Amino acid sequence: MKNSPSLDDQVEMYRKMILVRRLEEAFGALSKEGKTRGPIHRCDGQEAVGVAATAMLGADDYLTSTHRGHAHYVGKGVDLHGIAAEILGRSTGLCGGRAGHMLVADVEKGMIGGNAIVGAGIPAATGMALSNQVLGNDRVAMTIFGDGASQTGIWHESLNMAALWKLPVVYVLEHNEYGLTVHSSRQGPTEDLSTRAAAYGIPTAIVDGNDAIAVYRAVAEMVDRARRGEGPGFVECKTYRWEGFSTSDMGGYQDPETIAEWKKRDPIEIARAALSGHIEDAKLDVVRTQAEEEVQAAMARALADPLPEFEECAYTRPYSEVL
Amino acid sequence: MAKLRYAEALNTALREEMTRDPSVFLFGEDIGTYGGVFKVSKGLMEEFGEIRVRDTPISEQALTAMAVTAAMTGTRPVLEIMYADFLPLSLDALINQASIYEYIWKEQVQMPFVLRTQGGGGAGAGAQHSKALDALVAHIPGLQVVAPVTPSDARGLLKAAIRDPRPVIFLEHKLLYNTRGEVDLEDEGLIEIGKARTVTEGTDVSIFATSKMVIEAEKAATLLAADGISAEVIDLRSLRPLDAAAIQLSVAKTNHAVVVNEGWKFCGYAAEISATIMELCFDDLDAPVARVTLPDMPVPYSQPLEDAVLPNAEKIAAAARATLG
Ligand SMILES: Cc1ncc(C[n+]2csc(CCOP(=O)(O)OP(=O)(O)O)c2C)c(N)n1
Ligand SMILES: [Mg+2]
Repeated sequence: MKNSPSLDDQVEMYRKMILVRRLEEAFGALSKEGKTRGPIHRCDGQEAVGVAATAMLGADDYLTSTHRGHAHYVGKGVDLHGIAAEILGRSTGLCGGRAGHMLVADVEKGMIGGNAIVGAGIPAATGMALSNQVLGNDRVAMTIFGDGASQTGIWHESLNMAALWKLPVVYVLEHNEYGLTVHSSRQGPTEDLSTRAAAYGIPTAIVDGNDAIAVYRAVAEMVDRARRGEGPGFVECKTYRWEGFSTSDMGGYQDPETIAEWKKRDPIEIARAALSGHIEDAKLDVVRTQAEEEVQAAMARALADPLPEFEECAYTRPYSEVL
Repeated sequence: MAKLRYAEALNTALREEMTRDPSVFLFGEDIGTYGGVFKVSKGLMEEFGEIRVRDTPISEQALTAMAVTAAMTGTRPVLEIMYADFLPLSLDALINQASIYEYIWKEQVQMPFVLRTQGGGGAGAGAQHSKALDALVAHIPGLQVVAPVTPSDARGLLKAAIRDPRPVIFLEHKLLYNTRGEVDLEDEGLIEIGKARTVTEGTDVSIFATSKMVIEAEKAATLLAADGISAEVIDLRSLRPLDAAAIQLSVAKTNHAVVVNEGWKFCGYAAEISATIMELCFDDLDAPVARVTLPDMPVPYSQPLEDAVLPNAEKIAAAARATLG
């Protein structure tokens, strides 16, 4: 099928989804022990979106993310230990502990960056696409955002301009049914949010967000179009948030039965099932074990790393001195 | 007397005002079913229904503009903006809409809305969820801005804000919600907007503080007392209108002033207070006014970095000692 991932791509997506899942679980456990700081937004059950949507991008393509960006970071090739250390506020973190888990950036990998102002990543990627067009390069900008973010005004303003100016940007909606604690049916009148993108003349696709191959195919087509200068594309990935909104969530508003139903459709298991028959189980077990060990090692190293010391820089000196 | 958490005191005020006046309604993100991310509106949707307690999409810019015009047309909206860091999204509605209409339309309209939000650092929430943007809203003519610290003030000022005929920006702090204090529920408890509160009386130096910084200032006063310095702590409480008389009285007594605010220094809220003291109390001052604020930089995430930038009791005490020479 057109735009299908190769078997190697599939194994890599499988591996990265395991990295993300184990990372989320590790942070969930640490948070329960009181060893993390501030809220952490886990993406368990949604890994296929971030990992598969970014799988066909190069390091010089741009990605903007949200407060729930761990799968996006890993998908874009950001170093796992650097992510873990940043979330733990260590000096060895990708941003030296200044940013924290919602705001990670790694410019070399084209990941710029996490964003905790809901919706803000959408014009951010659109501006990067504008820059690509002005410079005449063939880079693509992508933004992954939620159903909640799709209710913001800047979503509409950005899509309008992207369509108007045929900007090389791909909009990936990670629809996990909730914006914080409020179900999407109480945030907007239509079930599919991509119908709004269609209203701007942007080609759209709706896919099973727990199926990495489906996500990959739909997004790859949009990325190709954008790279060819044919303008923006929009992919709506239907998925579901297994864990609470964040580690501070007191819960009580998600139906346990719905969660259980979605857990039967674990994106990692779906990816594995698609590989079996093509690659021996034993080989896939090795991939899994190695990924798990990689997470353990990254976490152990990050936990042992030092906290930063407050450094003098242009920003920390009084404004009067910097002028 | 009841001992209430700050969040409960706010909840009580909302319930009392909604019961008293059917034109009062609440809207904001996650305030309904969940009861607000800080649980301030807990139970109110069940009690008052989904028309008067409404969960909204993430649309701060539109929501704020809607609060302005809903208030203009017969209701008393109370809008919750989850974090003060999102106030920049509300600013057009506040600066270009709410602040001008009553004047330019020759008093034909009034806008009795309340915008509740919370700011400040210390929770490891990072650079986009830790700011105190008091100066941004206090800068705007036509808006009143209050920032209660005690549960009793939280209830009394919120009730007064809801009843007020003009817009009130109501600033809370994320680290105050779980603090407890006495609240006299038998009493209506209204607190006049525009009045400061003397927290501790003293004779050597006046510390003017806002929001959670009042608690740090109280701790600083204890540190200073150990050195034999008598500090007077004033909770400004009403950031605009400002209780200039209270400031003048205190500085006339102590001849030294320290201003504490969790926002940025340059063009910040503390700068306004400092300039006011200079204008009103020049002859009473024995030393320049000192400011203790956030440095002009983003709030970093990692604990040692965040600790290094936030104003605290030690920094306040050091500033007080320095002004005393
Ligand atoms: C402008 C703004 N408003 C509100 C918030 C608080 N908030 C953080 S995440 C969130 C929900 C976002 O929902 P969605 O976009 O679907 O992302 P998800 O959490 O489901 O990944 C809200 C309301 C915010 N961070 N920024
Ligand atoms: Mg969502």
